[in-house]
Amino acid sequence: MTSRTKGAARAGQYLALLAYLVFLVFPFLWLLSTSFKPARELADLHPTWIPEDPTLANYRQAFDEQPLLRAAGNSLIAALSAAAIAVVIATPMAYVMARHRTLLARAATGWVVVSQAFPFVLVIIPLFLVLKNLHLINSLPGLIMVYVVWALPFALWMLVGYVRAVPVELEEAAAVDGAGRLRTLVSVTAPLLAPGIGATALFAFITAWNEFFFALVLLKTPEKQTLPVVLTHFIGAEGVADLGPLAAAAFLATLPSLVVFALIQKRITGGMLAGAVKS
Amino acid sequence: MTLATARSRSGRGSRGPRPGRAVDHGAWFLVLPALLPILVLSVGPLLYGIALAFTDSQSGRTEPTEWIGLLNFQDLRHDTLFWDSFRIGLLWAVGVTVPQFLLALGLALLLNQNLRFRWLARSLAIVPWAMPEVVVGIMWRLVYHPDAGILNETLRDLGLGDGRDWLTGIGTALPAVIVVGVWAGMPQTTVALLAGLQNVPRELHEAAAMDGAGAWRRFTTVTWPALRPIALSITALNFIWNFNSFALVYVLTNGGPGGRTRLPMLFAYEEAFRYGQFGYAAAMGCVMVAVISVLLAVYLVGRLRGADER
Repeated sequence: MTSRTKGAARAGQYLALLAYLVFLVFPFLWLLSTSFKPARELADLHPTWIPEDPTLANYRQAFDEQPLLRAAGNSLIAALSAAAIAVVIATPMAYVMARHRTLLARAATGWVVVSQAFPFVLVIIPLFLVLKNLHLINSLPGLIMVYVVWALPFALWMLVGYVRAVPVELEEAAAVDGAGRLRTLVSVTAPLLAPGIGATALFAFITAWNEFFFALVLLKTPEKQTLPVVLTHFIGAEGVADLGPLAAAAFLATLPSLVVFALIQKRITGGMLAGAVKS
Repeated sequence: MTLATARSRSGRGSRGPRPGRAVDHGAWFLVLPALLPILVLSVGPLLYGIALAFTDSQSGRTEPTEWIGLLNFQDLRHDTLFWDSFRIGLLWAVGVTVPQFLLALGLALLLNQNLRFRWLARSLAIVPWAMPEVVVGIMWRLVYHPDAGILNETLRDLGLGDGRDWLTGIGTALPAVIVVGVWAGMPQTTVALLAGLQNVPRELHEAAAMDGAGAWRRFTTVTWPALRPIALSITALNFIWNFNSFALVYVLTNGGPGGRTRLPMLFAYEEAFRYGQFGYAAAMGCVMVAVISVLLAVYLVGRLRGADER
């Protein structure tokens, strides 16, 4: 290849990359821009890219119109509990799946694959009936139970990968030194797994924080509803929306996941890449 | 969607299970805390849901629910609205999955190059992944907004017509939501493919380049064969996920205009939780599962074949 065609190819690559980034990032910037526009500017038929007269009024109005703080609190409780419980119960199971070729481990692996294909409607109707009989409709504990199980497949997969990355030899060395199974797990394996467990928990947190369908079906009253459900109340029954507050609330609802995702992004992609290369 | 990657790469190899340590009663104790909830809240409801499809279960009914055999399925056969939504679901799933894959492949290939600002691109490209689907829907409603949206304003600036109401137009609604679906799922697909690309042996690439193979030749002979198993599983999974999707379209159009974007999940949701027809909606779910099982089989066969090739 001549250096000239090489340079042209490079330029083309950068151009393509730029086009991708525009496509991926611009809707988000538009959301941000809309959230700072005063009502007068939003009513204008020729919208501006950057608000000419930026204001925080939309944010204030968003909190006035809908119980955003309470909804965020509900979301936080649901997501934190679901993440914590999911990780606590998934870690031992992932350990077994990673280290033992038992029938159970195989069945669990099969379930993880199959569970990805459920249409949720087939699960939510019976769950709705069961939770109703247990008086757990319109309650966060009911939703948390559903979220835990819903987060398990992914949690198991991430954790199995992290367990595999811990050399068996380390555990065997501990066993030779006379440490029992539990002792080995707690003092040798667990510390090495900690970062992976943390990443898994954060991922489960985001999944639950963003979830909509189960929350829509299971939570009936505004006091109990989570943030994604409350956000849809900004869009009226006729689909007419107060754009400014809608944008403001939507942006606020994204912030926690964006922050958490920024924290674990390297671990998710990095961990996956490492797993891909190693195994 | 990272699942596909993690999954298709694990389960084999030197760090895998040791046959010598197979039977272990301690293992059961470790598995139970997760197994019980799975059985009670996932496997159980799934079976219960299938059973419901053969009953006349309704919300608020006072008389007991009865078995009605295949009646729901017979009704479903003649329910043109359901088959309309099924067709729309397939259109949507193909319409999202195919462009999503092609775009993600392009982006993954770019990000695998030694470009400057690659780190920035990698970080930013993941933004859609972190957003709640509801927010993605709201955001695109703002982009598509007939008056205050940036899309119509850009078109006006470029002199390309006066803009239109994309999400409520009979002809434009489905394409408009498909674009959003592609946007929302691209990061996961890109990351999965990128992970697959890291697995392509660099030496092979260099050898092919030495032999004078151009970029396209190198892609078809070196990159694609190595990437194929991941590409197949991620595409099958994406298709299934897209076919089952709900939140995005619920927020964007709620199935409108005139049912033009009413995906099967939206239809079943309304049937179950607006009209209280639990049995009938469960039958819809069963039909969806049946179709999806076929696709899942394709996915699994693809995975197995991928395993053989390694």
